[in-house]
Amino acid sequence: MDILRFITAGSVDDGKSTLTGRLLYDSKNIMADTLEAIEKQSKNKEEGDLDLALITDGLRAEREQGITIDVAYKYFTTPKRKFIIADAPGHIQYTRNMITGASNSDLIIILIDARNGVVEQTRRHSIIASLLNLPGVIVAVNKMDLVDYSQDVYNNIVIEYANMAKTLELHNVTYIPISALNGDNIVRKSEVMPWYEGKSLMEILETIEVQKVINHHRSRSRFPVQYVIRPQTGALHDYRGYAGKIISGVYRKGEAVTVLPSGLTSRIQTIEKDGGTPVEQAYAPQSVVLHLEDDIDISRGDLVVPSDDLPQTAQELEVLLCWMDHKPLFAGNKYLFQINSTRVRSVIKNILYKVDVNSLEKKEAPGKAELNDVVKLILKTSQPVAFDRHRDLRVNGSAILIDETSNATVGACMIQ
Amino acid sequence: MSEYNWDYLDELESESIHIFREVAGQFEKPALLFSGGKDSITLVHLALKAFRPGKLPFPLVHIDTGHNFPEALAFRDQLVEQIGEQLIVRQVEDTIKAKHLTEQTGKFATRNQLQTYTLLDTIEEFGFDACIGGARRDEEKARAKERIFSIRDEFGQWDPKRQRPELWNTYNGKINKGENVRVFPISNWTELDIWNYIHREKIALPSIYFSHSREVLEYKGQYVAVSDFIRIDASDTILEKRVRYRTVGDMTCTAAVESDAATIEDIIHEIITTKTSERGQTRIDDRFSEAAMEDRKKNGYF
Repeated sequence: MDILRFITAGSVDDGKSTLTGRLLYDSKNIMADTLEAIEKQSKNKEEGDLDLALITDGLRAEREQGITIDVAYKYFTTPKRKFIIADAPGHIQYTRNMITGASNSDLIIILIDARNGVVEQTRRHSIIASLLNLPGVIVAVNKMDLVDYSQDVYNNIVIEYANMAKTLELHNVTYIPISALNGDNIVRKSEVMPWYEGKSLMEILETIEVQKVINHHRSRSRFPVQYVIRPQTGALHDYRGYAGKIISGVYRKGEAVTVLPSGLTSRIQTIEKDGGTPVEQAYAPQSVVLHLEDDIDISRGDLVVPSDDLPQTAQELEVLLCWMDHKPLFAGNKYLFQINSTRVRSVIKNILYKVDVNSLEKKEAPGKAELNDVVKLILKTSQPVAFDRHRDLRVNGSAILIDETSNATVGACMIQ
Repeated sequence: MSEYNWDYLDELESESIHIFREVAGQFEKPALLFSGGKDSITLVHLALKAFRPGKLPFPLVHIDTGHNFPEALAFRDQLVEQIGEQLIVRQVEDTIKAKHLTEQTGKFATRNQLQTYTLLDTIEEFGFDACIGGARRDEEKARAKERIFSIRDEFGQWDPKRQRPELWNTYNGKINKGENVRVFPISNWTELDIWNYIHREKIALPSIYFSHSREVLEYKGQYVAVSDFIRIDASDTILEKRVRYRTVGDMTCTAAVESDAATIEDIIHEIITTKTSERGQTRIDDRFSEAAMEDRKKNGYF
């Protein structure tokens, strides 16, 4: 059994919250008392039927306004997988929330209202999936009940989407017709759409193989040091262990390693797991402690990598950035740049262009980025940073920008 | 499967250890808020995995309402002695006296709201900049929206509209003086995940999690333990029941469930087949209003 993290994209109007509610409800992951509370509220809204969207709308402001403001995480388990759903709002003013939810996802479900087909919002969500290099995409054509479960309507939408997917370089797209409201093709295959030959949405989710963030090839092994364990007592006087999580790849005892950005080299003396148990090898996503043969200077933020498989190290980085703050970003501004456990100062050198998230067109560099803008820019860090390109290795190609005066997280960077 | 075998529990465990180490790496003065319940006992287990053979880079802090189950307190002391780590206990009773706070009255008068005062005072007393807690997002819908690193202002308040975006596994723990961060390493675990992990790792728990005989009174369909902290009225019928606790909180606001589950396996079976959520079945305090938890979080509660 493993974990699949996915995000649902669409608006309330597309039935996104209803879909999430339906997945939880039909897989029997909602408890009686939660249902009772929802029934009570559904009646308050005088809608008669059970309003499954209420399962995910957590905050009072959201319930009052009937919208989803923030990212909510929901959990359900089937005998085959544990699922973590990031439920994020779909409107353009919430692009940052969607990027936040998508950043930890292996897969995206893009909801399309069968009556409307591919609309601007569909395009924007797909562009975001493409920018974030999400490994899996499911296009769920919803509200099939409102188009008489028409195969023609569905096929036309699939053709239209497939054309767009090609231009966005979105691969591994799976299509499915559903009615979240009625539960058609959600957990079980629906009898009202016999022309659909694929699996139910739940079956797809249970069996889909996504190229997980976890990379078990012996390539691009990456170990960011989070913390140095130095008990400095009695028998452990000389103990010096580098604690961190293997974010990608495999590490073995005796392996030649290089510490970046310093470039110092050594060999792995021991690997410990579970608070001190030695192991011969360790792999992503394990959290371990490494000991090196040589007494070299290593601290939090350093990256330990195989000497024959180095990432890039640079001070000038080209990044695709989603701006997440109300105060605009200007060229020349300084921010903290954090990639995994490395935090350094940085300055925005210049903004190359703005990406229109509705069309993927490159627009002229505006000299600034505003809330929810996606821009390509060059930034310079105060010290060299070791990284992989986001499209090669998401976990070592993603960074955040922090406003040093407000301490807020203001930007999401995908290193190009 | 290849030589690289891992289970979903390994993935959750590693994510939590990673969060613990980020706390140690980013903060000067963290603390682990320990309640004596299964979630915080699991947190301690994970913390030991993150930092052994070193010492934990933070003390355990218990905000003691004075209404705890004696079994939970005894377990706490035994655990602390066994792992050899520092425990700081602060009493809500002392805060009530020092600040002339008004206690709730009524049948199940609870100190649940008042413990926020003691918590905030304790944070100030020691200058804690990060408090690690065992909240899980599956517990309650306000918690479903909380970040893993959750920033609180100097009044301990949570502002759901001003939460920082939390991207990838990159945690921003930068704060201004006076602010602090609540950190939730087991955010992505569900109740069942916790029990499966406790089973796998053979983690010891207080005896009240297992079936035992107890004097209770029935109140609106829930069983509340007979203790000095609740008011027993003449109309109450005291029953002797085989019960266990699904969550461990104060004796005044935690309800017992009827159960014969004597082992972890029994408990897991019980949870899989139950139809009621953890908080719904056992917490008297969440039932007051639809947004009860949201309101308490905004005021600095966990």
